[in-house]
Amino acid sequence: MPLNKKLKKILVIGSGPIIIGQAAEFDYAGTQACKAIKEEGIEVILLNSNPATIMTDTDIADRVYMEPITVESVVRILEREKPDGILANLGGQVGLNMALALDKAGILEEKGVPVLGMPLSAIYRAEDREMFKATMEEIGQPVPESDIVHSVEEALQFASGVGYPLIVRPAYTLGGTGGGTAYNDEELTEIVTRGLKSSAIHQALIERSVAGYKEIEFEVMRDHNDNCITICSMENIDPVGIHTGDSMVVAPAQTLTDEEYQMLRSASLKIIRALEIAGGCNIQFALDPLSKKYFVIEVNPRVSRSSALASKATGYPIARVTTKIAIGYNLDEIPNAITGKTTACFEPAIDYVVLKVPRWPFDKFVFGDRRLGTQMKATGEVMAIDRSFEAAFLKSIRSLEIGINGLRLPELAALSDTALKTRLSQADDERIFIIAEAFMRGASIDELHGFTAIDRYFLKKFKNITDISRRLEKDPLSLDLLYAAKKIGVSDSEIAYLKGMSEDEVRELRKSYGIIPTYKQVDTCAAEFDAETPYFYSCYEEENEALHQEGERKVLVIGSGPIRIGQGVEFDYCSVHCVWALKEAGIKAIIVNNNPETVSTDFDTSDRLYFEPLVYEDVMNIIEEERPEGVIVQFGGQTAINLAGPLYRAGVKILGTSMESIDRAEDRKRFDAMVEQLGIPRPPGRTVFHPDEAAAVAADIGYPVLVRPSYVLGGRAMEIVYSEEELLEYMQTAVKASPEHPVLVDKYLLGKEIEVDAICDGREVLIPGIMQHIERAGVHSGDSMAVFPAHDLSERIHAKVVDYTVRLALELKVKGLINIQFVEYEDELYVLEVNPRSSRTVPFISKITGIPLVKLATKIMLGQSLAELGYSGGLFKTPAFYAVKVPVFSFNKLHQVDINLGPEMKSTGEVLGVSHNLNSAIYKGLQAAGVEVEGPGNMVATISDKDKSEAVPLIAEFARLGFKIFATEGTAKALEQYGVNVQVVKKLKEGSPNIVDLIRQGQVDVVVNTLTQGRRPFSDGFHIRRAAVELNVPCLTSLDTLKVVLEVLKGNEGAKPQEVQSLQEYVAEFRQ
Amino acid sequence: MKGYLVLENGRVFTGKMLNDCMMAGGEVVFTTAMISYQDIITDPSYYGQIVVMTYPLVGNVGLVEKSYASKGAMLRGLVLREATDFPSHYEMETDLISFLNKSEIAVLTEVDTRALTRVIRNEGSMGGMITDSIENRNWLIEKAKNAKKELEGDLVQYVTRKNIMCFGRGELRVVMVDLGTKRGYIDLLVKRGCEVVAVPAQTTAWEILELNPKGILISDGPGDPQAIGYAVETCRSLLGKKPIFGIGLGHQVLALALGLRIKRLPYGHRGSNHPVKDLDNGRIYITTQNHGFCIDEASLVNPDIQVTLRSVNDGSIEGIRHQSLPVCSVQFDPEGFPGYSETGFFLDDFVGMLKK
Repeated sequence: MPLNKKLKKILVIGSGPIIIGQAAEFDYAGTQACKAIKEEGIEVILLNSNPATIMTDTDIADRVYMEPITVESVVRILEREKPDGILANLGGQVGLNMALALDKAGILEEKGVPVLGMPLSAIYRAEDREMFKATMEEIGQPVPESDIVHSVEEALQFASGVGYPLIVRPAYTLGGTGGGTAYNDEELTEIVTRGLKSSAIHQALIERSVAGYKEIEFEVMRDHNDNCITICSMENIDPVGIHTGDSMVVAPAQTLTDEEYQMLRSASLKIIRALEIAGGCNIQFALDPLSKKYFVIEVNPRVSRSSALASKATGYPIARVTTKIAIGYNLDEIPNAITGKTTACFEPAIDYVVLKVPRWPFDKFVFGDRRLGTQMKATGEVMAIDRSFEAAFLKSIRSLEIGINGLRLPELAALSDTALKTRLSQADDERIFIIAEAFMRGASIDELHGFTAIDRYFLKKFKNITDISRRLEKDPLSLDLLYAAKKIGVSDSEIAYLKGMSEDEVRELRKSYGIIPTYKQVDTCAAEFDAETPYFYSCYEEENEALHQEGERKVLVIGSGPIRIGQGVEFDYCSVHCVWALKEAGIKAIIVNNNPETVSTDFDTSDRLYFEPLVYEDVMNIIEEERPEGVIVQFGGQTAINLAGPLYRAGVKILGTSMESIDRAEDRKRFDAMVEQLGIPRPPGRTVFHPDEAAAVAADIGYPVLVRPSYVLGGRAMEIVYSEEELLEYMQTAVKASPEHPVLVDKYLLGKEIEVDAICDGREVLIPGIMQHIERAGVHSGDSMAVFPAHDLSERIHAKVVDYTVRLALELKVKGLINIQFVEYEDELYVLEVNPRSSRTVPFISKITGIPLVKLATKIMLGQSLAELGYSGGLFKTPAFYAVKVPVFSFNKLHQVDINLGPEMKSTGEVLGVSHNLNSAIYKGLQAAGVEVEGPGNMVATISDKDKSEAVPLIAEFARLGFKIFATEGTAKALEQYGVNVQVVKKLKEGSPNIVDLIRQGQVDVVVNTLTQGRRPFSDGFHIRRAAVELNVPCLTSLDTLKVVLEVLKGNEGAKPQEVQSLQEYVAEFRQ
Repeated sequence: MKGYLVLENGRVFTGKMLNDCMMAGGEVVFTTAMISYQDIITDPSYYGQIVVMTYPLVGNVGLVEKSYASKGAMLRGLVLREATDFPSHYEMETDLISFLNKSEIAVLTEVDTRALTRVIRNEGSMGGMITDSIENRNWLIEKAKNAKKELEGDLVQYVTRKNIMCFGRGELRVVMVDLGTKRGYIDLLVKRGCEVVAVPAQTTAWEILELNPKGILISDGPGDPQAIGYAVETCRSLLGKKPIFGIGLGHQVLALALGLRIKRLPYGHRGSNHPVKDLDNGRIYITTQNHGFCIDEASLVNPDIQVTLRSVNDGSIEGIRHQSLPVCSVQFDPEGFPGYSETGFFLDDFVGMLKK
């Protein structure tokens, strides 16, 4: 079947903000989808609230609606645009859920718009557990004994029949939200209660645990002619019991016999046929390691995280092909874009090993529960390719950027053997390092298999790594040993550590022996056909396939690695735009990155893609291979900036802002001297190297002070402390201050925070606009709501922001982007931070103003001026609408993590609310972020003493709007004195029913809780906040947020019909 | 111990000899199959060949006799990136390294197999020698050339059965002309209710008809069909007398019997991911293939011979059917791993034809 000619316009549903379980993979899938539709001459209408994505670029979709992904928005867009079909299977679970919601509301029928690519029945049958079970039974596919429960009683009854352990999976949730494994009645009760709450349909599947089985996934594709292919098999190194998103995964599957492989492949084809899916589908199996018994554990009737991985692992563009099928094509009518010769109807053959390792956020959430289970906790992942398992695995560890370049986690040396064993049997994020440590201590493969249930095949591979480390330690570094070590993937820096050399010495020795990496191509076909796609990985082999043409101009762009808190998809947006700008300038763009979820690692984004770790050794190898005229570090977040120094010292040319300027902005002493010279005030503070010094500085400048380690992104380990006692505790526990790692102590100014992104060509400075944060300084800029253009600044401050920005950019001789954060305190403007690079807000500002910041910056780096590019310096026109950025958190996925906002960033994603009216923009932003602002209802308030005078009048207004206020004693007293009618509830220690019980019973609609000072984990407030998060009740910890929520409620925004307008229209309005 | 693969074009690839076998020659071909190494090593169709596995990790689950395609190892040599020294599977009986050593098959590992594959893809399959010394390079190149030439003759004689054997108790008697078949086919027919009488390749048409079968299956096997004129002759004599189904080499034999010509593919189709299009209904099947020859398109002049299947990759002919005679054939393996393939229905159709 060829292209469906009736389709002239298609609405694509995006996946919204990045949260744990739904990350950049849907930007990658969505972007591919939009491009695949557009190139057919079909108009693309996109709905997505996430401003950091590439898919929401105005040149990816014909009209981008940055609106909350709600039925209401879709209806309005359908009315406005009248599309011929809706594409929902590339927007993750959000997309599928929206398709179902539209169907249930009768909208699809009413408007006569079909969902393309897959029948709605397929979604129902894959997503509804009972229907799923019935479908699998019909086609003879085994599923574990299970039951659907709607209450704790039903769950306990099932347990009495089947026994423990049992797995609980709430229906219609992401990344297994609210699920878990229960070993007894008590745990079952807890998990089911939570699970039912997080399920949109108050349903949970409870099933016999097959923990310890092999977990195997297949990516399958089917077209309208019932042709089916499997793209890739993947094997989770961690057996069933750990969410696949939290598992180390290898592709293709390694420990299956041909018979087992064919058995599961054939089951996959039966399933996709039974569900009648047209497009991609992910199927997960549990296979008994000791028999041929298997169970189908999950079917995702859509493009998923695993399909992004499978696409990058094989080169097969699953999202693109899924889209082409949705618009009518069959597999053999779609060309294989990699080989350019064959078609999409084949099964990729690969001649390398692919490893995926998750990136967890426990460096940010030091008190978080690190144990891994059925609920996904990772924020992102890395992928690595090599010719051996060991080398691919070691590359993936390097790619994580957790400061480990081998398998050696130094802290583990202090663990006793008993403690090591305990941690081995309960998997956590550091499991692999614990396994390595156990091998170093002489543990056997069988022993470790007993503790971990990881297949012996994989354990042997890990042991090979520790074995060679041991040889390196003992034996002289001969050519043979060095070659063996490189071939198995040991990094120069690890060899250097083991031999007591410097990394440079190892590098020089290696090169003198002629041991340099070769690069091989990823081609979907194991070299069976000549491929055109320049997608490479390194290995130590004979033949190098990365051939070069003489005299080409080329530039290397450093990507941003795995998605983590503080460094999300926005940096991929920047890297990709930089690549596009280079191509536009006629320069060959080379990108290096290791994140399989992203657009930057798509085979057709750059002229050449290197899938490699972003550490000095691997990046320098590429530079020596390619010899680019320069390297761009401004767009890859802190990852790229951290590489700037080492590359510069190795003689590599850094394009744009010089290393000297980067250092001037980042080095505290030099920065202080610069702002003093410019006469720009900054909060007083100093750099200290040990605790006593910190106390002395704080006493001098006065509390509260902001303390943080230098050279960080995302405010890691940053804290506001109010007393010397707290300060000393912080210095001893939270950071390890040393001459190499100093700590900054600054006066904390509680004022309005202002942020600016600007472009400078060395002569002029263009400021696209000024952003103002809703929350006062002290809440990390990534976690605060931000309004663009600034809504509440005096003329004087406005002018100062512009003046300081211009002077700072010119003084630093910035060539490219600069991001500056200011605080307005008692009518004075202070500069907080200057980052001579791209920031998190660049995509958002670019989209809203229509100024292509990254493109301009890239061209400036190549030597053009703003004037040549058609722009001039100064503050750009101010739009007549508001865009409000609202952060999105993933706290419901992370147990024991405190949700209060502070100087450390905690959000995983963001959304935008856009409207001509500020309140409406805020309302839309909150709605898009999943915060329901509906009134009146029940409010629980617990306010710390320092905030009472400010909070009480606000809460009183909520009461006036009809909210029923519940408060603990102290807060209640203050409210009563103010004349507010309030019901007193017990504190935790006062017995039951207390404040947490009230929340857990589902009787609360909003919680207001402000923090008493200090980093005291597991306080009352902590339990209140966790209860709110786990039951999906909005919990506000900043009074500034409370204020805007109040405004939105007062404006009765929820009841008003909200305007919808495309981004293109908004931009056109003020740029004309 | 260091080892080498010397190709007839003079290229030398360095690796490590894995066992005591010091020298072996054959036609160097590559397969892109990622998991089915047990099948490949024991498949008689690979007789005389030095097989390069493009997938780098080989031997992960060891070997188990029930997975063999024949009694033992059939190829001359194996070239790998990595032979697993620590396989892991509950069914495993032996490991790859021991098995190949016992089978006296040369194994060269730690080779840049991708570079080697690219040479074969660009220049076509060629002769090669696995050796532990390259002191006398010119002599080795000559030997490599000869190794390929030696395979141009009748290879079937080395792998066909010696005796007539009967399998199964089904009602439909099928004679299988064994050109060096895989064990699986006999089981597949037995499972479909056939009594299979497997006969040596040299068996004449008269002898076959004497067995009074309902139909005849000409099996797969190694080498050039043009070198086994006797089998072609047998097939030609059986045309129109009984339903005939050809698989792999048997498909090529049938084509020759029908007057078509056979030509060599540049580097063959070997792997388990080959898409084939069914021209009757437009459906695509993913098939397991292992062949170095195919039907010459130019020889398709007889309008009675219909092409039923074509390779999606290069358009080459993968299946034919006679318009009036009950004969048809497929170039690929209709049941990659017995029981799980979606092309098993070709065998069903054949058995169905016998019931009429």
